[in-house]
Amino acid sequence: MKQKLLKPMGRVTAVLIWLVSSTSYLVADDLKVALAAEPTSMDPHYQNLTINNSFATQIYNALVLQDVNQNLIPGLATSWKPVDDRTWEFALRKNVKFHNGAAFTAGDVIASMERAANVPNSPSSFATFTKGKQFEMVDDFTIRVSTEKPYPFTPNDMSRISIIDSAFLKATTEDFNTGVASHGTGPFTLSKWLPGDVIEIARNENYWGNPMEWDRIIVKPIKDGTTRTAALISGDVDFIERVAPSDLPTLEKRENIEVFKSVSNRLLYLTLHMTDNPIKPFVTDKNGTPIKSPFKDIRMRKAVSHAINRQAISDRVMDGLSSPAGQFSPKGYIGYSSKLTADPYDMALAKKLIAEAGYSDGFKLTVHGPAGRYSNDTRILEAIAQMLSSVGIETSVETMPASVFFKRFARGGPDKKPEFTAAMSGYANGSGEPSHPLRIFIHTKQKERGYGPGNRNGYSNADVDKMIEDGRASMDVEEGEKAFIKATEIAMNEYALIPIHHEVATWAAREGISYENGALDSTFLHNIRK
Amino acid sequence: MSLLVFFMIHIVGDPVDMLVNPESLPDEIERVRRDFGLDKPVHIQYWKFLMGALSGDLGNSYIFGRPALALIAERFPATLELALAALFIATAIGLPLGIYAGLHPNKWITRLIMSSSVLGISIPTFWLGLMMIIVFSVSLGWLPVSGRGETTYVLGIESSMFTTDGLKHIVMPATNLALFKIALVIRLTRAGTEEVMRLDFIKFCQARGLPSKKIVWVHLLPNILIPIITVIAIEFGTLIAFATVTESIFAWPGLGKLIIDSIVNLDRPVVVAYLLFVVTLFLILNLVVDILYAVLDPRVRLDGEK
Repeated sequence: MKQKLLKPMGRVTAVLIWLVSSTSYLVADDLKVALAAEPTSMDPHYQNLTINNSFATQIYNALVLQDVNQNLIPGLATSWKPVDDRTWEFALRKNVKFHNGAAFTAGDVIASMERAANVPNSPSSFATFTKGKQFEMVDDFTIRVSTEKPYPFTPNDMSRISIIDSAFLKATTEDFNTGVASHGTGPFTLSKWLPGDVIEIARNENYWGNPMEWDRIIVKPIKDGTTRTAALISGDVDFIERVAPSDLPTLEKRENIEVFKSVSNRLLYLTLHMTDNPIKPFVTDKNGTPIKSPFKDIRMRKAVSHAINRQAISDRVMDGLSSPAGQFSPKGYIGYSSKLTADPYDMALAKKLIAEAGYSDGFKLTVHGPAGRYSNDTRILEAIAQMLSSVGIETSVETMPASVFFKRFARGGPDKKPEFTAAMSGYANGSGEPSHPLRIFIHTKQKERGYGPGNRNGYSNADVDKMIEDGRASMDVEEGEKAFIKATEIAMNEYALIPIHHEVATWAAREGISYENGALDSTFLHNIRK
Repeated sequence: MSLLVFFMIHIVGDPVDMLVNPESLPDEIERVRRDFGLDKPVHIQYWKFLMGALSGDLGNSYIFGRPALALIAERFPATLELALAALFIATAIGLPLGIYAGLHPNKWITRLIMSSSVLGISIPTFWLGLMMIIVFSVSLGWLPVSGRGETTYVLGIESSMFTTDGLKHIVMPATNLALFKIALVIRLTRAGTEEVMRLDFIKFCQARGLPSKKIVWVHLLPNILIPIITVIAIEFGTLIAFATVTESIFAWPGLGKLIIDSIVNLDRPVVVAYLLFVVTLFLILNLVVDILYAVLDPRVRLDGEK
């Protein structure tokens, strides 16, 4: 009986051995990449989402490109200049062909702008970048873009819109997903997309820029960080993004693996409610009775900043994968002020400021934050709560899924006002223009003018507002940036927000592959080199 | 069911906050809400959904902009394939081991089988999945870590089970998924075997001097199969519906990944469509079980068939 049952088992084993012995080998110039997420669509105008945008740069070009630190560099436009106070002129690149062979001319730009603003059912439209702009074709290779008021960031906006062949003006998102319409001018052509499974791109032999080194790049979405690491070590893939912090020491020790790290522009910050209107239930006296927000007093905000030990968070919570921050931009990035540094940890100073502000008896505070949205978010918040408690602010933490958090953060309170007193969130500048964080977080909230949509704590400084508005109305980009840096310095010294740290982005590859990284934490496939 | 999910997701959060890029102009949020019909009161949204559902339209995914049912149909073959492979492994290993354990209750091999089946039931799937990856992919380098292998069309069905590459990809996730079921099948089979072997008709067979092979195949197996099939069929449903953990670890491009992403991003049309799909699946499986009963057990057959 025993033997009869074991026989089929033996056969199964034989099959298994045969299966594993026939190993496949990599083709020489194919690159296999594992990414943590995949685009929601192959239509470059469907959704303004980071992963969609970074992938689109492989198949398409915009008029203006961004380098790894979001500096503007020539793309399908070779140069651009303001011709008057309201108009920018773009000189287009000649002899560029789309993947389907069609020649690139000004008509394609006009068509792309029209389509980008009008994709049906777009979950986040690119109309943001075309609204209020008039596009005029001067000749086949010159485009003029005019705005109602002087606007210095037209080139930045133009770097966000992929140029498609005008033949596909009426193409649907589905046409792009299936590859019928996905003909750009970019360094790669789209060969295959199986959602959730694989994306394959092949080198565009007629690319106008430097030719790519890889014949093909095969992209696999692998959500789980440990699986990505295992895939790299076992040789399933050659390159991965977002190494799980716990795997980093293992990978760094391996001889045939290279790790790339850079401080990204993703900032984690704390926002503190600083008006009396309304009184929120998350700050109370020792007995639990709600009180006015103590953070109306700048000394209290400063005390919170000095009570946070950013270096300890970096060392113990983030495994070294964060850089303490004192402003929106990391060093070397647009809008960076050399005068601003991260506040040093100083418990004595914090306690002194709290006493001066008249809160030495202490009070209770609840800080809110998303769970699982940013690297170690819950643990960071718990660490901050302990640090605040040790200077006399009895702090408790409440975290929730991102989908719940952002609704309450933006308008969970009465009259659809922001709900929380103290909350932690993150920000990364996607546009590459220095006024962006100021317009979103620092300017007084003025909904109809598009100012302060992320200003949830009531910070308001008329001088800063004016600097931001003047800078955004000056066609002199360099003068503008100076004004923005000045505004940033004032706002940060008034603790409009409490910056915590910039996340460090990580990539890893097998030996012999290099990656050109910068302040962006998303992966650009064309920057992976042999 | 759909009502429950519909309102639960409505309470949880607002998908628009997850979709719209924070750098967008302020009117963008209202535009998206209008386009997706989220500006209307929730009961009216539900009514529109019901009307659509009656004509077979469960709505478009907020994220992908494509019909929710099409997304499910697109991912279903990969999950079905994984579940079938897991089911095959579970029965191919579980049934013989279970019968052996039932026939020889006192041998040491039986004790080994039974104690490993306890492990199979109690070890968490995700931990075991990671261990398998570390052993078979990272250390030994035998099997690929993740994803689905090369697919081919056999009889008009796209599947990865007919290529070497495909089989290599499916072995680990399928085994991982099957492990709990193997333990289950062993235990069921052993219990059934022990029970049936004690019955009179088996003793008569033995008394008649029938070879033990014939007793097991002809007399024992059909009798223990009925409860096993019932359980396996329902377990097959759970394999399809809840392969999520295994699919996430092995990056298997099936329904599990889709549903997790949809829940996180509050993509309500997809979540609702998925749950309706799973309910329908279980109904069909129960029907299949009832039909199989009639085939296997003459006593359940309808009188008309006599």
